[in-house]
Amino acid sequence: MTRRPTLLFWVGFFVILALLIVAPFALPEFWRRFLTEILIWGLLAMSSDILIGYTGMVSFGHSAFFGLGMYGAAAALLTTRPPSLWVAFVYGLLAAAVVAAFVAYFSTRLRDIYFAITTLIFSQIFYVIIFTWTEVTGGENGLTFSRPALAIPGLFSLPFTTLTLYWFVLAVLTVSYLVLRRITHSPFGMVLQSIRENEARTRAIGYPVERYKIVAVMLSGLFAGLAGVLYAIQNRFAAPDFVFFLVSGETVIYNVMGGIGTLVGPIVGAAAFLLLREALSRFLTEFYLIPVGIIFIAMVIFMPQGLLGFARRWLNR
Amino acid sequence: MLEQILIQTINGIVVGMILALVASGLTLIFGIMDVVNFAHGEFLMLGAYAGVIALAGTGSFWLALVIASLVVAALGAAIHVTTLRPLLGRDPLNTILATFGVSLVLQNYALWQFGPVPRKIEEPITGYFGLFYLEYPWYRLMIAVLSAAIIAALWLFLKYSTYGVWIRATTQDRVMAQAMGIPVPRVLTIVFAIGSGMAAASGVLFGPLVGVNHAMGLDWVLKAFIVVVVGGMGNLGGSIAAAIFISLMESYASLWVSPAQAIIVSFVVLILTLLIRPTGLFVPTPK
Repeated sequence: MTRRPTLLFWVGFFVILALLIVAPFALPEFWRRFLTEILIWGLLAMSSDILIGYTGMVSFGHSAFFGLGMYGAAAALLTTRPPSLWVAFVYGLLAAAVVAAFVAYFSTRLRDIYFAITTLIFSQIFYVIIFTWTEVTGGENGLTFSRPALAIPGLFSLPFTTLTLYWFVLAVLTVSYLVLRRITHSPFGMVLQSIRENEARTRAIGYPVERYKIVAVMLSGLFAGLAGVLYAIQNRFAAPDFVFFLVSGETVIYNVMGGIGTLVGPIVGAAAFLLLREALSRFLTEFYLIPVGIIFIAMVIFMPQGLLGFARRWLNR
Repeated sequence: MLEQILIQTINGIVVGMILALVASGLTLIFGIMDVVNFAHGEFLMLGAYAGVIALAGTGSFWLALVIASLVVAALGAAIHVTTLRPLLGRDPLNTILATFGVSLVLQNYALWQFGPVPRKIEEPITGYFGLFYLEYPWYRLMIAVLSAAIIAALWLFLKYSTYGVWIRATTQDRVMAQAMGIPVPRVLTIVFAIGSGMAAASGVLFGPLVGVNHAMGLDWVLKAFIVVVVGGMGNLGGSIAAAIFISLMESYASLWVSPAQAIIVSFVVLILTLLIRPTGLFVPTPK
């Protein structure tokens, strides 16, 4: 990390942030919601980048963290009176953290490929539990609830509009991004990257690799849960479909499309994927996954550094 | 009660043999190529559809079984050449991503081509035999025997044929095998084709029991993954033992709970395996 790119980075960061803040004024209602959705999926994708891009572990179980965040928020909004936004966050993050701790403890016992499979199977465990435990989770129908107001007790309270919800999500995403960027640049993040590069050597130097991996999975799961809470608040429901592993698969696709190990890349990937889906599903309905899958395979083979890496290389030429 | 347990034992072994057939293809591909094949369930599903079409065309279940296996094996070879061969020598994680993409494409292609309504394969043998108070279909027993025969054929092939020797040599040391003149890329393609063909065969065999639809591969591939982890990855014997073990546990569990919840038993087996023996239940302790 040299000095000059750092300045360039902050200039770019604030320009993009400013553009995102004013973007909704130029967009109609539908696209404002769409942009909010992109940001939420982007947060989920960014959370899994800690594992895929920085630690070298492909997680196929992020739907479990995301879904538990949703159900946690649902539990808070349905049981506490009056429903509070912040309690929803606490419950959602707690649920995601507990699940992440559970998954992390077991799945980090196995290396790379095995990790992908065990996270996938663990997310299916939670899917089956949520799907069959109808009395508590609503089973196949899921849970619906009303959206809480953006409020600080004793100070102010205003209901969410599309616009304020967008800004709220953008604020959460920005803060998460800065936190994650700080973490990945910290000594802890460096250890994660050294695990990715050479696990045996990292262990030989004396780092407790397993403990680092567990913390990485939990951190990643926590931010995925945060995305789940936001999604629940935006859509006012929690459904088992979002715990299903297809969501995890899409998260991996966002990462590969955007470029792993960059944090911003996965957000770009989520945007690219969702726009592609929006465009293709107009005339292909649910079969949009056929061309998207082919594009994905082609990107894995020919463009493994993703859109962002590709653009970066092209700019440097 | 005793009769019920006996019936569930037979059920468990029958399902376990099909699962072993699916999982042995998966573990073969993994053990030799370091490829985790996410699309394995899709090959099973496409095999079942190919079986439906071939059965309608030829009228013979056995011919349909052979045709479906060969067609899907050829498809597997084509997919290997186009998507997995370029990834040779890269991080094995890339192959997970690529096969996941393949799985998405194939599954949605099947939905597009064949629609959401399940198809039916007629059983080739419709006889029953008395088992306590139940009429038990011969066909189910036949599935188990046929699966065992296919696995035994695979074992003989690996043990005695030229390609079998090449495949085993490639597993042991890919670079050395290449140096000795073994055409490694072709060997890998053939392994992938064999694994796909085996998945297709299990799809056709299992089709009469449940009906054929585009999402049927998913359940199987998840279970096969559990089996492969519990049995020790890349270990053929371990996978077969684990497949039968897990299916038996699930059959016994379904005496008390609904089948949808019985799958939790295999999850528990998986968790216990990871806790006690992460290298697999049915493999010798690594030194």
